[in-house]
Formats: sequence, C-alpha cells, structure tokens
Amino acid sequence: MTTAQPQAAAAGPPLLEVDDLRVEFDTYGGSVKAVRGVSFSVAAGKTLAIVGESGCGKSVTVQSLMGLTPMPPGRITSGRARLRGVDILGRTEIDGREIRGREIGMIFQDPMTSLNPTMTIGRQIAETLEVHRGWSRKRAFDRAVELLDMARIPEAAQRANQYPFEFSGGMLQRAMIAVAIACEPAILIADEPTTALDVTIQAQVLDLLSDLQRDIGTAMILITHDLGVVARMADDVVVMYAGQVAERGSVEDVFYRSAHPYMLGLRAAMPSNSSDRAHRLLPIDGSPPDLFSPPTGCAYAARCPHAMRICSTNDPEAFALGDGHTARCWLHADKAPRVPELSYAGTPSGLQA
Amino acid sequence: MTAAAPLVVADKLTKYFPLPGGRKIHAVDQVTLTVHEKEVVGLVGESGSGKSTLGKTLIGLHPRTSGTASYRGEALPQHYRPEDFRRWAKKTQMIFQDPYSSLNPRMTVGEIVGEGLKLHSPYSATEIRDRAGDWLKRVGLEPDHMSRYPHEFSGGQRQRIGIARALILEPEFVVCDEPISALDVSVQAQVVNLLDELKTSMGLTLLFIAHDLSMVRYVSDRMAVMYLGVIVEIGPASNVFFNPKHPYTEILVASNPEPDPLRERHRRSATIAGEIPSPVDVPAGCRFAGRCPRVMDVCRRETPRLLPLADAPDRQVACHLFAT
Repeated sequence: MTTAQPQAAAAGPPLLEVDDLRVEFDTYGGSVKAVRGVSFSVAAGKTLAIVGESGCGKSVTVQSLMGLTPMPPGRITSGRARLRGVDILGRTEIDGREIRGREIGMIFQDPMTSLNPTMTIGRQIAETLEVHRGWSRKRAFDRAVELLDMARIPEAAQRANQYPFEFSGGMLQRAMIAVAIACEPAILIADEPTTALDVTIQAQVLDLLSDLQRDIGTAMILITHDLGVVARMADDVVVMYAGQVAERGSVEDVFYRSAHPYMLGLRAAMPSNSSDRAHRLLPIDGSPPDLFSPPTGCAYAARCPHAMRICSTNDPEAFALGDGHTARCWLHADKAPRVPELSYAGTPSGLQA
Repeated sequence: MTAAAPLVVADKLTKYFPLPGGRKIHAVDQVTLTVHEKEVVGLVGESGSGKSTLGKTLIGLHPRTSGTASYRGEALPQHYRPEDFRRWAKKTQMIFQDPYSSLNPRMTVGEIVGEGLKLHSPYSATEIRDRAGDWLKRVGLEPDHMSRYPHEFSGGQRQRIGIARALILEPEFVVCDEPISALDVSVQAQVVNLLDELKTSMGLTLLFIAHDLSMVRYVSDRMAVMYLGVIVEIGPASNVFFNPKHPYTEILVASNPEPDPLRERHRRSATIAGEIPSPVDVPAGCRFAGRCPRVMDVCRRETPRLLPLADAPDRQVACHLFAT
C-alpha cells in the first residue's frame, strides 16, 4: 500500500525517534516496570507496527509519547523521544497540546468511550480545529463535514449533526479517524484501531487508513496484537515482550527471517493457511513474567525452548543483524549454538516479491 | 465423519427476541443444521449474525420461538423447565467466551468446577472435591488451585477453569462460544490444543463458534457461515475456506488478514461497503442482497434456500447464483 511512494524519506532523518524509554507505575504492591528500555524510529510517510500480547507495554509506550499516561501513578524514569528533533517527552497536558492533535493524531481502540457522548460528531471534530488552528466555529464545522466525507461516512452533512450513540462501531471508528486527521498530523498513532470490529469492517477501516495515509502523507504507528493486521499494513515492525523490544526490523525481515524465538513461537502458535495440511499448533508454554519484579536474565527465557544458561542470568542486548534488523537474544552471540529455524546476521535479505 | 450418526439436529430453528411495540429481533431464522457424532462444526459470522444465539438456543439457554431441535432423535423441549436442565445439562454443555465475566468471582475455583457435580450427581462433597481436583489437573492447572478465586488467574487459566467446569459432567455435546477470542495468540494455541485433546479422549462433539476464520478452519471438520440469522453456506471446513461459494463467504475470507506480508501486499482489496443490517427489519429476499457485489433482481424478491451444490453434494449454499 505504501509502495506508491518509493523511498522518498529513505535518506532523511527519522521523523520520530524514541530512545531507551522506560515507564513505571507505582502501585501499593510495588512499581510495575511496564516499559523497560524501548527504542525505535518512524520514518516520514511510513507505517511502523508495534505488536505484542496484552501487558507487553505497547500501549503504554505510545501513551507516554502522547503525554496520556497519568502521572502519578505513572513515571517516565528515562528515555528520550524527539519529533523532528524536538524533545516531546514529559510534557504536561497543556504544553503537550501543540504536539498532540497538531503533530500527532491518535485513534483509540474503543471509539464509544473515546468520543464525547454529549457532543455531536461534527462539533467534536470542529473543536480540534478551533483549538489547534484557531479557526472560527463555522469554518471548522464545514471542514469537519469534509473530513467525515474523507473518512467515507455516507451523508456526512447529516451525520455531522448526530451524536456518537447514533453511529455503529465501524462508523464511530471512521469518525475517530476524522478527528485524528483533522489537523493533518505528521504522525497518526492508531492503538488497536480495529480490534473491536468485525473482519469485513476491519478491512474497510484498514483500507481507509492506508488510503488516507497516502493522501495526506502522514506516518503511522499501528499498535496491534494481530500479526495479520501487521502483515497487511506495516513497513517496519517492533515486536514487544515484557516491556522490551524483542525483535525489530522491516516487515519482511521480522516475518520471513524471524530472529527472536518469541516471534518464531508466535508464528508456530497460529494456524497456517498456506496449505490444506493442518500442522499441530505449537503453543508457547507458560505466561509472560511478572513486571513487578522482572527476571534478571532474558524476559522470555522461562518460555523459550532454546534457553541457555546465560539466558536466565544475563539480560541480552539487542544484536544487530543488518538493515536495521535487531533481535534481543543470546542466540545471536558468537559462541551460541545455531538454531535451524532462526535467522542470523548474514542471512540473504533479498526476498523476491 | 458424515457417516456418523446425527447427534444434534435443528430443523427450522427460530429465535426472535421481542422488542417493545411488537417488533422483534430476528436473531436466528429457520436454521436447519445437523451436527454428527464426534464432529466439530465451526460457526463463523460477524457480530449480530446470530451464531451465539443459535448455540445457546440449541442447548436450551434460550427458549425457541419455533422449529424443532433433537438430540439422538429425541425432541428437546422448547422451553426448558428446571428438571429439563437437570437432565440435559449432563449431555449438553457450554464454554463461554469471556473468562472474566463467566466465572462467579465469589466462588472458589473448586466450587465453580465442582458445582455441576453438586447439582447433577449423587457424589459426596469429598468425592466432588477429588474430581474437581482431577479435572483441574486434566486442564493443566494444579489441584491446590481449588481454594483460590478466579481473579487470581490469567485469562488463559480462567478459560481452562471454564473448560473444566463444562466438562466435569462428561457431556457429549459442547457449544464453545468464542472460547479463545479473549486470549492472546500464544495462549489461544494452548487452549485449542487442550480442547482438541479432550475432544479426542472424551469423544466430544463440538459446535465451535468464533470469528477467527483461520482458527475455525483449523479446528473444524465442517464450517457454517451465518449472516443475519441464517446459514448462508456450510461444508467441509477447508473447502469452504479455500474455495468459498457464497459471495458473503468470499468476502469474509478475503477480509481475513493473514500473517504473511507478501500475500497481503499482493492481495486485491475485497472490501464491501456497508455493514450488517439491523436484525429487526430484515430485508425481503436474500438477506445479503443489499451488500452483495453480485446481486440480481431475483435476490431482492425470493429468499434463497440452503441447497447442496450440484458438483459437491457435501456443500450447501443459500444463494441464487447456484440455483439450478
């Protein structure tokens, strides 16, 4: 979908750079280390998918970027995030406004609870433009109708005067998208945008997102637990596990040359549709670690079929495998035994399309 | 598997929910379905298609509006009385979708799992405890988890508790209503494999309701596709998935994103406009006509019947395109 704009941004610096982000939440039971040193970058006009299971820290990561993590109990203990070179981390509600909505648009998972139920859809979109652009009510409302139309809401002019409860789930998600793109943000963050939707509606919303992304040239961070959605939308992928980046790289590298046992495990746990022969699903045994007291070694070691002695004592670094592909796994150390299913540095990376 | 005897048969099974003002929700409309012994029938469809209502109506959790349902040839009551539940709960059970809301938070796991035996068996309290402990072990938990409460368990573990609760009476027919939808991928496979083992060891017959097409194809012998209260297509699961006939099934399969970037990138987008209409005022004729890319005049007048395909009698499709 993004093939329409060939490597326009390849040479430029990344639009958004996140470096060693750490977020903790204080609770009565201790502090939860929700995000433990996450780094990634997003190039202009590209889609980065952050994928992982519940509790892996993917939503907290982007919420912290947006200043949407409640503090307290949340705390950003370290890290930097720069949008076009400008530091955006740790801004408070008010300061953050110039960035949120204007530079970054956000789409939430549950449109029913993220829109204001007492305000018409049109007014909610118009409000964004009044606040961030200083437009008049009339001008902002007219633009809201146009935006609803861009989000493929039929009879946009009438729909703009309706309230959220009069919209179906799919329509609400389109309305949310209209709010998010109102100020033509440089980055659109979509947090599980289609999880609450049925597959045919999901396909409509994903198509809409990639068309709009192409039309207004925005970059996108897509947070999802669904590897199918990642495959459909992403240029680059960050695979998160227990608050860390387990693997990171282009979508082709991460799917076809998986270098972290967790990613291999996820793929083996899903039914494959490539042939009639049903292979038995290989579940990943156990469950993710407790983030009140994360393990000293690799967070995945307890579930990893290839775990070595070092894995339970020392946390691995992210090994670089070339072309921005990294894997946080000791198996990539020089002296580690080779696991046949795993891809290593130097595995040819020119997969023919 | 089609050689096996029919276990559960629904004939023109209908469930309407009344609304104020005399209107009604046509949740399930004249569905005819046969589930054979030891077969897994997958039921897919979007929210509001009536798949959960069909499952619940089959085992008496909703009274039928009309039509019949039978179990090994014996008619099931239209409206279950307490004694009907006592009798049929030993044969037919249900595993629920949401492992968070379907377990009573004030009961211990032992009480939840053992409750069926307490109500339906002559066993003493100690025997029930022992059996509940055995079942916890069988679903991959520890017997000493018995005195804990549901909130102490993860989603996958709760679903195991739900499975133990449903299977402790050793039923023959189990309706699994989206048993894995609320779970993470790595845990989904654990639960699916567990169900598969128990199905084989206990000789279970399953109605597996889900919206994840790939998973339904994987677990099911046959797959039925529902749309707005009716079955539009049914047949061997892989055939329906890889070679869908009904235009709705085609779109459903094409909308299902697969974890394969190259395939996804080269797949033409097969979206359809519109959403599933309200089941209150169902359109005349084919229910899919309003969204169907291949709609014909006849579709808006006549309701297509679910008929076998000429070249594949084990597959049935309700679509005028295949009428002979």
